[in-house]
Amino acid sequence: MADTELTGAEIVVRCLQDEGVKHIFGYPGGAVLNIYDEIYKQDAFQHILVRHEQAAVHAADAYARSTGQVGVAIVTSGPGATNAVTGIATAYMDSIPLVVLTGQVPTAAIGLDAFQEVDTVGITRPCVKHNFLVKDVQQLAETIKKAFYIASTGRPGPVVVDIPKDVTQHLCAYHYPRRISLRSYNPTYKGHTGQIRKAVQMLLEAKRPVIYMGGGVILGNASRQLTQLGQTLAYPTASTLMGLGGYPASDPLFLGMLGMHGTYEANMAMQHCDVLLAVGARFDDRVIGNPKHFASEHHRIIHIDVDPSSISKRVKVDVPIVGDVAHVLDEMLKLLAAGKASPDEQALQAWWAQIELWRSQDCLKYEAGDKPIKPQYVVEKLYEVTQGQAFVTADVGQHQMWAAQYYKFDQPRRWINSGGLGTMGFGLPAAMGVQFAHPQAMVVCITGEGSIQMNIQELSTCKEHNLPIKVILLNNGYLGMVRQWQEFFYEERYAESYVGSLPDFVKLTEAYGHVGMLVERTADVEPALRDAFGKYKDRLVFINFLVDPRENVYPMIPAGKGLSEMILV
Amino acid sequence: MENESGALSRVAGLFSARGYNIESLTVAPTEDPTLSRMTLVTRGSDEVIEQITKQLNKLVDSVKIQDITDGSHIERELMLVKVRAHTNDLREEMMRLGDIFRGRIIDVSDKTYTMELTGTGSKLDAFLEALDAGLILETVRTGACGIGRGERILKV
Repeated sequence: MADTELTGAEIVVRCLQDEGVKHIFGYPGGAVLNIYDEIYKQDAFQHILVRHEQAAVHAADAYARSTGQVGVAIVTSGPGATNAVTGIATAYMDSIPLVVLTGQVPTAAIGLDAFQEVDTVGITRPCVKHNFLVKDVQQLAETIKKAFYIASTGRPGPVVVDIPKDVTQHLCAYHYPRRISLRSYNPTYKGHTGQIRKAVQMLLEAKRPVIYMGGGVILGNASRQLTQLGQTLAYPTASTLMGLGGYPASDPLFLGMLGMHGTYEANMAMQHCDVLLAVGARFDDRVIGNPKHFASEHHRIIHIDVDPSSISKRVKVDVPIVGDVAHVLDEMLKLLAAGKASPDEQALQAWWAQIELWRSQDCLKYEAGDKPIKPQYVVEKLYEVTQGQAFVTADVGQHQMWAAQYYKFDQPRRWINSGGLGTMGFGLPAAMGVQFAHPQAMVVCITGEGSIQMNIQELSTCKEHNLPIKVILLNNGYLGMVRQWQEFFYEERYAESYVGSLPDFVKLTEAYGHVGMLVERTADVEPALRDAFGKYKDRLVFINFLVDPRENVYPMIPAGKGLSEMILV
Repeated sequence: MENESGALSRVAGLFSARGYNIESLTVAPTEDPTLSRMTLVTRGSDEVIEQITKQLNKLVDSVKIQDITDGSHIERELMLVKVRAHTNDLREEMMRLGDIFRGRIIDVSDKTYTMELTGTGSKLDAFLEALDAGLILETVRTGACGIGRGERILKV
């Protein structure tokens, strides 16, 4: 049977099956009809029809974020591919392993401005880890294998495979390579032993240490090691937006989120530490603000990352360690266990006393009256009602920051948001991806009235598959983060940040076949949430919380300022 | 680099996306037809050059990157220049100048000479400066290609 020839379309489907794919998200069209015909004939994996290609990629992306597996999306040529670009760029900025299959016009028509033709490889080149145009069916299976391999190894990222329609018709013998090696692509896994030893020594010499963790800890499945390291040394750990859940937020050694809307204690500790251990993070502008201000205090920095180009990019590092974060942390833990040296208890005590002083600012406090509802209160109640066990996706804006600040994630891969690109419209399709990956889990989408309308059509996909997602709309009538910046930096000139004529979200939700609720008073917040997770457990529930339109996200470091230049309230 | 279509645009795209400058770029297949070799000239502080090197290494199509200015190296560029040569005086002058710069005349017409010169970029610059600007009709340069001196080898 080895000699039986398959069509390109059959090969695509066989590759996905052999890769162990269970769900793919997509939208059909002319160039991928042959592939869809083969998808129709099989049931090894499920195809989920979305209502817009962008949502397919976000759903596949969140599937990957919540499982660690490669997410898969398929779209047609031309507008199918261009609609997918925002999703691809979102995954690229957050280093999410994705394989996106795009249809292309037949090879003979490429370059002739054919119907639904775009240069997909050219358009996506700057926002993919790698991409391929498969011009020969003989190359198809190997290319798909390469795509999965490249997407999931080293620093992960999206890979696009562009497949012309005629290639899906051509015949060839099928062989899916079990393993693949590329001479031009060899990520470093093992950290340099000498550097690791140096790092451990530097850590033990620290008087004011901080562990600074980022999304790389989640992506590299290193939460266990990182938590163990922080707890063994009793050093404070702070996380970026992308790292939340990588270290248990309920642990008192955890300082909370860093950066523009991070906690006072996390940012002050980061600014004033003497030894900084950066793990799977990249010192980006939303985290350290102004790099010159950061460098004005002397720090010795150890940086572990699988991507050498992330090291010494914005901040000069003293001990760079290129490698898989889990592997490097394992080695560090071994050295710590074997060595006789221990942290400087006295210095550490003084450091913690200082941190507690910062912490006593209680920078996340707010006052909740009965009306209007404070958005922070909704997130806090959500945390209580779900007992911190939900998968939480977010859109982009104030609600995203409140979610990050007030929902305490104790486990990795529970907090799903678009950190790098900041893509509004991410939350709802992301929640779909998570719910498909974890059918029994509580999945919540925290959103705003601006963001939700950027992919609200997916309520229809949710109905088709009866996904019991809970949509928590923090509706303040404004594009809140824009409004906040206009209040602070544009003398309250609210240019186009007020969203007039909002739909009746309850009716809209009901029109899609779901349960809609309107909540206007603080006293009704908890009962509504209890109903959503109780009485309507198996339904999609969309709760429109009318929240205080004047509420701002605090603390805040204005763009371009330093870590110790926060606005507190 | 892998000799794949698109490899060149990945490099060019990387430079424009990250705001680096390309002063010159030459690329052609090597004796191994699956590989092509690119020489790219750019300028920047040590930190910028380090970042450029890392970013280039990250491209899946790049096999090996070396900053050949790290050690001693040889650099050559080819230039073709078409000059006015419609009088005997000019013809002699051009031949003399060509000799000094070890150029060759490779095409002749009633009114023009076309000369070929190789050397470092600065030698070619010097030749152009030595010419009266009004006499230059056309120039075309390949951009530099380079190789390490002695036993320093960049090979896969």
